[in-house]
Parts: sequence; structure tokens; C-alpha cells
Amino acid sequence: MGMTMSQKILAAHTGLDKVVPGQLIEADLDLVLGNDVTTPVAIKEFEKTGKSEVFDKKKVAIVPDHFTPNKDIKAAEQCKMVRLFARDKEIENYFEVGEMGIEHCLIPEKGLAVPGDLIIGADSHTCTYGALGAFSTGVGSTDMAAGMATGKCWFKVPSAIKFVLKGKPTGWVSGKDVILHIIGMIGVDGALYKSMEVMGDGLKYLTMDDRFTIANMAIEAGAKNGIFVVDDITLEYVKEHSVKDFKVFEPDSDAEYDEVYEIDLGTIKPTVAFPHLPENTRTIDEVGDVEIDQVVIGSCTNGRMGDLRVAAEILRGKKVKKGVRCIVFPGTQNIYLQALREGIISDLVEAGAVVSTPTCGPCLGGHMGILAKGERAVSTTNRNFVGRMGHPESEVYLASPAVAAASAITGKITDPASVSSARK
Amino acid sequence: MKAKGRVFKYGDNIDTDVIIPARYLNTSEPKELASHCMEDIDKEFVKKVNPGDIIVAGKNFGCGSSREHAPLSIKTAGVSCVIASTFARIFYRNAINIGLPILECDAAVQGTEAGDEIEIDFNAGIIKNLTKGTAFKSQPFPEFMKKIMAADGLINYIKAKS
Repeated sequence: MGMTMSQKILAAHTGLDKVVPGQLIEADLDLVLGNDVTTPVAIKEFEKTGKSEVFDKKKVAIVPDHFTPNKDIKAAEQCKMVRLFARDKEIENYFEVGEMGIEHCLIPEKGLAVPGDLIIGADSHTCTYGALGAFSTGVGSTDMAAGMATGKCWFKVPSAIKFVLKGKPTGWVSGKDVILHIIGMIGVDGALYKSMEVMGDGLKYLTMDDRFTIANMAIEAGAKNGIFVVDDITLEYVKEHSVKDFKVFEPDSDAEYDEVYEIDLGTIKPTVAFPHLPENTRTIDEVGDVEIDQVVIGSCTNGRMGDLRVAAEILRGKKVKKGVRCIVFPGTQNIYLQALREGIISDLVEAGAVVSTPTCGPCLGGHMGILAKGERAVSTTNRNFVGRMGHPESEVYLASPAVAAASAITGKITDPASVSSARK
Repeated sequence: MKAKGRVFKYGDNIDTDVIIPARYLNTSEPKELASHCMEDIDKEFVKKVNPGDIIVAGKNFGCGSSREHAPLSIKTAGVSCVIASTFARIFYRNAINIGLPILECDAAVQGTEAGDEIEIDFNAGIIKNLTKGTAFKSQPFPEFMKKIMAADGLINYIKAKS
């Protein structure tokens, strides 16, 4: 029996020729990541180890993105603690406000994640880098501390589910619709403890931005990691962004998968996840009349250039409906700047949207767009749990940037095709 | 190692946003986190929980965010063990890493109601429902994880090893 992509990367980082599902291993890490919420806890744990240095100053990255620019005094104190730690330990990849971005948009852009890497991050959406053919997974603060101290992490080798994508997406359908469709199909624990490995001819129609979105939400199906096979689109991205050495792993032809799903991208419709679970999906024609108070476009799921271009294409020359707040979060400073240069920011502001600096902000109910009791948001973020964006009696509907932008115009959840002619 | 306490029972897919809402993540002070534990799903929890009490829940407990603040708030609130049908994977490793005892046992979940008194023998993996006079056997943990839990968490385990 052969190995999956994920198993091959784990074996290579453990010095073993072969690993099998369920095996407990201790593997060498290429990158250890943390943010302003998880790193303070990790610092306290790191200090308990008695180590004075991190294992490798180049292989630790800290991105204060959740409550930044500092939302209150407590958040400011947490950021200060993280900043001083980064300075004291001479962490090379610490990104201050002004150079930072939402961590999972920033790390690939900075070239810190490449194919074949083994990455842990004290943030559940660390699985995003699987889009680049890396094994990348979210862990807690204690794992981050142990990773910073030793350069190693313990893993239980996962089994895997294979997703074979075929066909070409139509109209406004994007990576977000693909992953919401998959989560709707397998459920929020459909891939629990497992890898989701994505391959097939349909990949050539998915941009890197689409793939980051899909890998990002693997955790929303309970997966340990989501990973894409590497193709020319991946290699082009890596060449453009990174100077790191990398290694391409492919699944063995006789790799064993617990399940195999074939998905025709051409049949996927714009998809929306209703409160309060990402698995509560409906296609856009089944949504009905859902009035909204707020639209959020951005986040580690959908804050990249492709996402902003789609939003601007739909909102250009139109107006956000009176009474609806439309808030846009570019993922990084570079994305912000690029959007400025392309005229996207002015299109959005002229349409009546507000544009924030990069931050996780309202996605997790942090700041910059909290919902009151009874309010509803359409959001391009990743979770719609009870109280996720604010009051426990508020509601979040997850959707693509196209659906979100169209909904901003009408004030209710809307098929983008009904306000703007299809782009593809 | 043993635990004994009364049961707080919850359903499937209890996520880390309801265990400890993100609006309280501007601190990592365990006692402050514990004072908001389960707030968005059960406002009575922190008022009623006593040291040793046990959380029993359905499948995919702790799904969502990687925030270690979630198991930390549960542990600091005095909970001696979480029993669930299944755990979300990051919560699972976080609980082991910080020394919060957890057990996967669907039969015990099905056979337990809120308020029941439960006794757990961790070495034997036996969960006794004292109120109903029933007993259940949980899945044993691999030796490696038992060692981490016995050391009261990953950091102590690493320190002892080096």
C-alpha cells in the first residue's frame, strides 16, 4: 500500500521511509506560526521550558492580526508582549502593523510556505498553505511553544479522503462555492482527524486564490489538513513569491483513501451556508428571501486580490443599499496597495463600502463590524457559529465575494448573476 | 487517577466560540477566561459548576478555532473531565497538551443526563454513572498521550525528557 501526499510529507520530516495511518510520530518543522491571540499563551508556556532561544529564528513567524490595530488596552498589552518577545528572540518573521496582513494571506505572499513544507500554526486556518502542496495544520498555543523550543511536533498520521475535481466552474462560481459545496456534502466532521487531498483535471480552472480559499476551510469539515497536488499554477506562484527550496510530493498511485469523491465543478452553483454551521448549505436558488444588515468581504478565506476584483466588478457603478453596511478587508498591505492601483478601492468606496486595514476584525467578533442582537450578515469569512460575529442572537451567512457584493446592492442574499452579467 | 462530579450535558458540534467567545480573547488570564466559560450556550454554567464536575457532549466537541483558551477555561472552571462522542482534532490535542482529561465514549454520552453523578477511573478507562448504576468502557489512549497527561501537559513532558 502506498502513501498519500500528506503521509509522504510527514514521513520525509520524520526520517522514515514509510508511515501508516494512526502511527504517532515526532516530526521536524519548517515553520511555526502564531498570532496576537495565541502567541501570548505560547510565550508563557515557552518560558516554562527554560529555553532562552527559539530553535530557528528564520522558522518562526508571528503576525499580530486578530485585534490589530489594537482594539483596546488589553489587546494592546497582548500585542506588546508579543512584540517584545519577537524582539528579544530576534524572530525574523515578525510583522508589525504597516507591514502585516491577515496571517494566512501574508505567509504565502512572503514566500514563507512552499510545496513539501511541514508547518504548524497556532491558528486553526493554518491549513490554508495546503493550497501550495505543503502539510500545514492548526494547533494550540502549547504546541506552538513546544515547536518554538524544539522545532518538532507530535502527530498522529492521518488517513485521507480524496477529492477529484473535474469540469470547469461556470458564471460567478469560485473556490468558496466549491468548499461550501463540499462541507455541505460531508458535514462539519466529515473529514475529522483526516487529510483532504484535492486533485483532478478541474484544478487548471482554479486560481491560487480559489485554492487558498478551499484549503482554508478544510478545518470547517474537521480535517487535519487540506492539500492540493502541485501543478504549473502552483509553481508559478512559488516562483513569484519565494526563494525557499521546495520539494514536490505526489500521492502514490496505490495510496489508500478512506473515501473518494468526484466533483464536477461545472455543476456547482453559488452556495450559501446558513446559521449556525458551515454545513447548513443551500444553493443560491434555494435561499429564499433573507434580508441583511451587514456585508463583510475579506478575511483569511476571501481577502485576496481575486476576491476584491470580483467584489469591485459587481459593485462598480452601483450603490450599496441604504441601511446596509458593507465592510471590505484587504488581506495584506500589498493587496491593499494593488487594489488602490487598480482603482478597486475607489470603486468600492464610491459604491458606499468602507475599506479597513488588514485585520481578522469582525470574522471572529473581534472589532470593526460587530453585530447587534437580531442582526444578520452575509460574510465571505469561514464560520457562522452562534455569536461568531457579535451578539449570540445575531446571524452569519457564509458566501463568496460575488454573492456578498450582490447582496450589498439589494440588501438581501442575492444571486450575483441577477445584478451583473456572468464573467466567465 | 480518578474523577467524580456532576454532569453538565451539551449537544453536538459545541464550538470554541461558545466555549469562550472571542470578545474575551484580549486576555490570556485563566481565571478571567474561566469566568466566561460556556457563556454563549449556557449562562448558568459558571454559576453552577463545582470543582470536579464533568462536561458530557455529543460529537465534534471543540470544533472551530485553535484557541487553547477553550480547554484552559474549562480546566480552570474546575471541570475534571470532558467526555464526548468525538472531539475536534485541535481541541483534542490542546486538552492533552494542557493536561485537561478527556475521554471519547459515545455509549457514556448516550447513557448520561444532565445532573447525573459520574465517577471515572482513568487508568482502567471505566466511566461509572452512579445515579443510574451503569458503567461504560472508554477508548484507551496511546501510551505516548498517557505520558503527556501524566506529566500534566506537553511542556512538563518535554522538560522531563531533555
